Order: sequence, then structure tokens, then C-alpha cells
Amino acid sequence: MTVVNALDIGLAALVLALAAWTVAAREAFAAAVGYVAYGLLLSLVWVRLFAVDVALTEAAIGSGVTGVLLIRAAARLRGATPALDEPLAPPLRFLAGVLCAMVAGALAATVLLMPDPAPTLAPQAVGNLPSTGLGNAVTAVLISYRAFDTMLEKVVLVLAVVGVWSLAPDACWGGSPGAPRPARPEAALAFLAQVLPPLGIVVGIHIFWVGADEPGGAFQGGAILAAMWMITMMAGLTEAPPVSSTRLRLVLVSGPAVFLAIGLAGVVIAGGFLAYPSGSAKPLILFIEAFMTLTIAATLPMLVAGPPEQPPQP
Amino acid sequence: MSAALDLLTIVAILAGLFFFLAGTVGLLRFPDPLSRLHALTKADNLGLGLIVVGLLPRAGGLLGVLKLVAVWFLVLLASATVAQLIAGAIRRKGSST
Repeated sequence: MTVVNALDIGLAALVLALAAWTVAAREAFAAAVGYVAYGLLLSLVWVRLFAVDVALTEAAIGSGVTGVLLIRAAARLRGATPALDEPLAPPLRFLAGVLCAMVAGALAATVLLMPDPAPTLAPQAVGNLPSTGLGNAVTAVLISYRAFDTMLEKVVLVLAVVGVWSLAPDACWGGSPGAPRPARPEAALAFLAQVLPPLGIVVGIHIFWVGADEPGGAFQGGAILAAMWMITMMAGLTEAPPVSSTRLRLVLVSGPAVFLAIGLAGVVIAGGFLAYPSGSAKPLILFIEAFMTLTIAATLPMLVAGPPEQPPQP
Repeated sequence: MSAALDLLTIVAILAGLFFFLAGTVGLLRFPDPLSRLHALTKADNLGLGLIVVGLLPRAGGLLGVLKLVAVWFLVLLASATVAQLIAGAIRRKGSST
């Protein structure tokens, strides 16, 4: 067994142990912190599997943004009545355990019973890359081969924001999400929120741009841009725009709208919904991705900011 | 030349690992939260810095070197800020009880 093998086994054991610890943690906040660490370790696993695109997404979305959402939810629930602390009735607990074991067993059986070598579409995905003009097969899969799924994912993101906003009390509808700005922002956090965004914006746009040929893309780049907006809002340097803002709403829907418009244009020009005319596939893909990045960068902070809690300014 | 660079890599990374070890021992053994926080800065600042120094000869070009240094700078910035925030929270909690 080589050193690298031993390290891989150690990493896998660490991921499993952390997963078990996160499930077993009694306090919501501790479980959320465990989940963030678990996501970061998992992204190392993806790097070891040579899936750098997935690793970036796991670190940015799975661990980062989801972690922020979970930690905020845990902090909000801290003062709430612990209605869920009552243990379930024993038969129900037993049933839940059996169900979980069945799902885990089915997943394990699927993975273990896979033929070796596993069936793969990777050669076709790489073989058709020239028709898209892209160098990164993952981006080609996302925006070209299965463009329909990716477009619907963006629609789901916008729907999630609509869902969060619909929790607003009637009096606050049209106001800004989240709590009002503190009079004096915390000094250390405010400093970070001033130093980090210039760097983060450059890195986010870079990751979106290189996504055409190297690991990266709209989702990862957009998540970094979103994080920059989140940190300035958390530090109290800016306030979220009111949900009635037309500009905000335009940015939120721009990604799916541009995607849909180009997809419909493909029916006329290229002979199929979401088909790109040959020769101009790459510029069109980058055009769509730019608006998707914008949508993601606006959607994720709006999900974290939560429903409007302030009455609209007259 | 390359032997000297290899030696630099080995020595710097070993020294970095030592500081990570010291920081982890401190995190596990120190009695109160503020001391434990103090122990962690050894790992982040010196440990990671030495490992970055050790990896510089292997970065393959100026761009790689700049990226490694940028990673170290960002970790420094983030860890210093988080340490301040946690310490502030501990202090507020301590003064209220």
C-alpha cells in the first residue's frame, strides 16, 4: 500500500466519522458546523477523484452557502420552543430506522453491484466537445448536452426566492429582507467586508470565465460573487434592496429568461429548442453563463437574507 | 540547485507541520477558549506560511507562486477576522453572566 493510498483511506474514514458525528450531534448549531467541515472534507475527496468542478461546487455551494443557511436557521431556532425535542413513539422510530437502513442498503448495493468498468458516456462527451467550442467537458454537459436541466435548475432557484419572500408578514411586504442595519458594525467583520470583496469579485469573475476551458463555471463563480454580497450585508455595510425593487427582480430572473429566450430562438435558427447554431455555440454559451452567474450571485444572498422583516420605506 | 530547493521544501514543510501539531495540541490541551483560540493562530499563520514557502519552488512559474501566496494571505485575513469575532462573542458572553 502506497502512502497516497493510506492518505485516501484516512480521508474516507475521516469523512465517515465526521458524518456520523454530525448526525449524532444534539445541538443544531454544532451539527451545522460539523456539516460545513464535512462538506470541505468531501470537496477534498472530489479533488482526489479528479472531479475538480464538483469539488469547487461542493466547497462553494454544499459547504459554504448551505452552511450559512443552516447556521442562520440554527441561530434563529435557538430561542424557539423546542417542540421537536419530544422523542418519537418507539414504533415510529423503529420504522424510520428501517427506512433509512433500506435506502442506505439500496444505495450501497447499487454502487457495489455496478459492472466493472462502469458504464460511461465520457468518451462521447469528450468526442463531441469540438461542436461546442468549449474545452471543459463538464461545462459542455451542463450548458449544451443537458441544457434543459440546467435551465430548470435556475428556475428552481428563482422559485426558492419566491418561496422565501412569500413568508413575509403583510405589513412588511415590499420592504428589505433581514433585520435592519446595526448602528455600529462590528469592526473586525466590517474590515473583512471592505478588504475581501475587491479580491472576491475578481476571483468570482475569473472562475466563471475560465469555466469554458478549465474547472469552474457559472455556479462556482456566481457563488463566490454571492458570498461577497453576503459578507457586506452581514457586516452591516449595506442593506438588502427592498423586494419591490424592479432592478433586483430583473437580475433575479435574467439568467433563466436569457436562457429561455436563446433556447426559443434555437427553434427558429438551429432547428430545435435549446440548440445552438454551429460555429457560434461558444459565444452563446458564455452569454448565457454570464447572466446565469448574475442570477446566482443575486439569488443566494436573497435566500440567506430571508423574508422581508421591515415595513417598506415610504 | 535543485537539491538545495528540495531541501528547502522538506525543511519548510516539516517546520510547518510542527506548528500545526503544536497548534492542535494547544487546541486540545489549553484550559479556556481564548487560549485555545491563541493556539490555533500558530497553525494558521506560521504553519500554513511555512508550508506555502516550502511549496513555492514547486509552484511551476510566477503565476503559481502568486496564487500560493494569495491563498496564504486570504487564510490569514479570514482566520484573523474569525478569531476576533469568536473572542468578541466570548467576552460578551462572559461579561453578561
